[in-house]
Amino acid sequence: MKANQYPWWKNLLVIGIPLVAAFYAAPNLYPSDPSVQISSSRAAIGEAEQQQVEQILKLKALPYHGIEREGEESLLVRFADPEDQLKAADALRGALSDRFSVALHLAPATPGWLEALNAHPMNLGLDLRGGVHFLLEVDLNASIGKAYQRHAMDVRTLLREQEIRYRGVRVQGEEVHVLARDADTLEQIEEAIEEDYFDTFDVVAGEVEGQPSVLMRLTPGARSEIRRNAIGQNMITLRKRVNELGVAEPVIQQQGRTRIAVQLPGVQDTARAKEILGATATLEFRLVDEQADPYLAAETGKVPLADELYYERDGNPVLLKRRVMLTGEHIIDASSGFDERGLPAVHITLDGDGARQFAKVTGENVKRLMGVVFIEQRSDTVVANGETRRVTRESREVINVARIQEQLSKRFQITGLDTSRESRNLALLLRAGALATPMYIVEERTVGPSLGQQNIDLGALSVLIGFLLVMVFMALYYRLFGLVADLALVANLVLIVAAMSMIPGATLTLPGIAGIVLTVGMAVDANVLIFERIREELDNGNSPQASIQAGYSKALSTIADANITTLIAAIVLFAFGTGPIKGFAVTLSIGIVASMFTAIMGTRAVINRVYGTRRSPNLAV
Amino acid sequence: MRLLPRKLKIDFMGRSRHAMVLSGILLALSIGSLLYQGLNLGVDFEGGTLIEVGYPGPAELDEIRAQLEASGFDRAVVQHFGSAQDVLVRIKPDERPQSELSNQVLESLRGGGELELRRVEYVGPQVGEELRDDGGLAMLYALGLILIYVALRFEYRFSFGAVVALVHDVILTIGFFSLTRIEFDLTVLAAILAVIGYSMNDTIVVFDRIRENFRQLRRHSSIEVLNVSINQTLARTLMTSLTTLLVLLALFFFGGEVIHAFSIALIVGVIIGTYSSIYVAGSSLLVLGVSGRDLEVTPPEDVDDRP
Repeated sequence: MKANQYPWWKNLLVIGIPLVAAFYAAPNLYPSDPSVQISSSRAAIGEAEQQQVEQILKLKALPYHGIEREGEESLLVRFADPEDQLKAADALRGALSDRFSVALHLAPATPGWLEALNAHPMNLGLDLRGGVHFLLEVDLNASIGKAYQRHAMDVRTLLREQEIRYRGVRVQGEEVHVLARDADTLEQIEEAIEEDYFDTFDVVAGEVEGQPSVLMRLTPGARSEIRRNAIGQNMITLRKRVNELGVAEPVIQQQGRTRIAVQLPGVQDTARAKEILGATATLEFRLVDEQADPYLAAETGKVPLADELYYERDGNPVLLKRRVMLTGEHIIDASSGFDERGLPAVHITLDGDGARQFAKVTGENVKRLMGVVFIEQRSDTVVANGETRRVTRESREVINVARIQEQLSKRFQITGLDTSRESRNLALLLRAGALATPMYIVEERTVGPSLGQQNIDLGALSVLIGFLLVMVFMALYYRLFGLVADLALVANLVLIVAAMSMIPGATLTLPGIAGIVLTVGMAVDANVLIFERIREELDNGNSPQASIQAGYSKALSTIADANITTLIAAIVLFAFGTGPIKGFAVTLSIGIVASMFTAIMGTRAVINRVYGTRRSPNLAV
Repeated sequence: MRLLPRKLKIDFMGRSRHAMVLSGILLALSIGSLLYQGLNLGVDFEGGTLIEVGYPGPAELDEIRAQLEASGFDRAVVQHFGSAQDVLVRIKPDERPQSELSNQVLESLRGGGELELRRVEYVGPQVGEELRDDGGLAMLYALGLILIYVALRFEYRFSFGAVVALVHDVILTIGFFSLTRIEFDLTVLAAILAVIGYSMNDTIVVFDRIRENFRQLRRHSSIEVLNVSINQTLARTLMTSLTTLLVLLALFFFGGEVIHAFSIALIVGVIIGTYSSIYVAGSSLLVLGVSGRDLEVTPPEDVDDRP
């Protein structure tokens, strides 16, 4: 009779792997600290700033149990109580200048010796930690349209420079039409354009409305270049904006061809987040036409040729010169604050070019009235008659009309905004720069902090209860073998948690917890198969050792087949699912793979130890 | 402890006619309901805005409706969610700027007193459509890949039998959601894909035994082989379904309102999957005419172990 014995290395694996996994799963046992992260992209954070923060917290009598500086970039203050954390964040936002952003954070409290092993707790999804997820769609048609307009202008310049005569250049849908005077010049035009634009446009000579013309269409390569640029630039702008908003651990990544996913953990004020993410705001400075009567123009609709009609916030019309003195592009820094009378103001700093230009025009126009135009664009989706449409609303308002008292240059301030929230938003948007292309929010998922915590609690509770039920059931049903299966189940859970903590980018979500629960139920399946087989073999009159041997070996291919099909379903789920659903697929897959190890090799090792060397044991199965 | 007596001899295949009638009725009901009233699609698939708020005390739905109506949200669906303090507001896509709706609703509700934002889900109409398409595709891919795997590992007729059982399970589970009008969202779709994996798992175990027995019990008729195989695996089938149902019940009762529909889908799916791996998978093999001769390509390996 053969004894059931494992070679030493298999025993070592069975003990070693769960043991190592236990270390990497351990950080999850330490609850993370509610904390506040202070960071700045524009100022270094040093000793002085730390002292200032400590002072503010002392003044408000808010107890904290840790303060750490991470390089010169950020400062982390840990609290015991989430309420203290919220109060502290409010106090710090009020007291620190707006060069610093203050963010709520859940800082892991992994002890140093575990951190030295490079062990970290699992990433929690937004549905567990609270926060907001946005999916933004970049409007590519807009950027392609813009590209056509820009190239049409360039073509005009090109033809003028080369002194080629043409009738006109216009953009027609997705084509630039260059109308020629006759067949001779048509050839010249085609050659000139071909030479400059062969890599961006397909250039064809043809006819438009019976006239000889050159037709230009963007090449597929150029189109995808425009798409990449539009998304790339918008992502850069988004990153800046999110940094300015003050969010700890934001995630901004491209999703699909034309979308950007933004995850902001801990953000509660979703209205503000939306105002900031999708909006474009800028300023224009123009002279007021003091000769004409704005009320008359508003009434009759007859606006002088050099002017444009605007409205101030209180509804009064004002006529501004068409010529723009300065655009928002030259603004390199902006911060919100208050003017001498305590009204919200934005302090603006211009770049060198802008400062020179602005100094010149304001110097020439001292004592005249200047209007500040606040331009805001918001893009959104509407549904009418079952059709989805994109709309971009642009509002142009004159926020301030004031007499130029002296020459203005690099630094100055503007007022006229109604609330400090507005001035803060404007300053932020000016600082972070404009979006290259309009964006639309096409999906939002926000989870409040209390629901997040509740999801964690309920998830943990159901894992625990399901786990205990299965363990008790298995022990009752298969006695000692059941207890061994229970051991394997514990090891399986440890392996799942360790794997989730170690795989970079793996995130635990509520459906992910459900996946763990489901795995617990299904992980014992392998053991059920084996144990039932052993019982059958015993019933057929085989010896105990042979039954163990046969039970394991015969069940093996069945277990493999059965698990592979479940794995296929999980992988498809991962490929097609989004966000939280992916989390389900991940935990399910990890659980299945881990269960193959624990339920087959793990239980066999233990059973070999217990029964393997006995001559004719009475199997408790 | 044993669920079943040692030498079980239930004539499953003798009753396969009954099972077919039962399955036929259930399938007709499911498909009929799906055609007639479709699914109660959630925000994920239909687009729209969903807002969950928590009140400090029990919330009066009529008051909330009036409040919303006053702010122009007259078509909002308002209902309790889990408890009397939690309220769910759902708004279908309309001609207002969509992404800002949730904030307007919140503002309107905040006017009526203290409340806490628990959850917002806004899905643009286009994204909803894509999720719908992707979901359908995912299901087809899962079915297709499993079909290929089973065809490679067994024989093409087994693979048809497995897929018949799978499609049966999926239609009945989705039909259950259509009949009960429980909201069908992304988590339910995930659950149905898990059901596909689970039900397949169950069927494969039975098929494995059928294959083994076809090789060993050469003198028996196909019906006898199927019966023996199902009887031999019955204890395992029931045990695994039981442990899985145990944890699913834990999830259903303690997992919170958000994954209620998810756990219902799995519970229903596991029950149907268990039934189908006993009756449907085997019966379909009979109908397709699988016999021992189809599996004689590889000789049996472990006959020597037998006493």
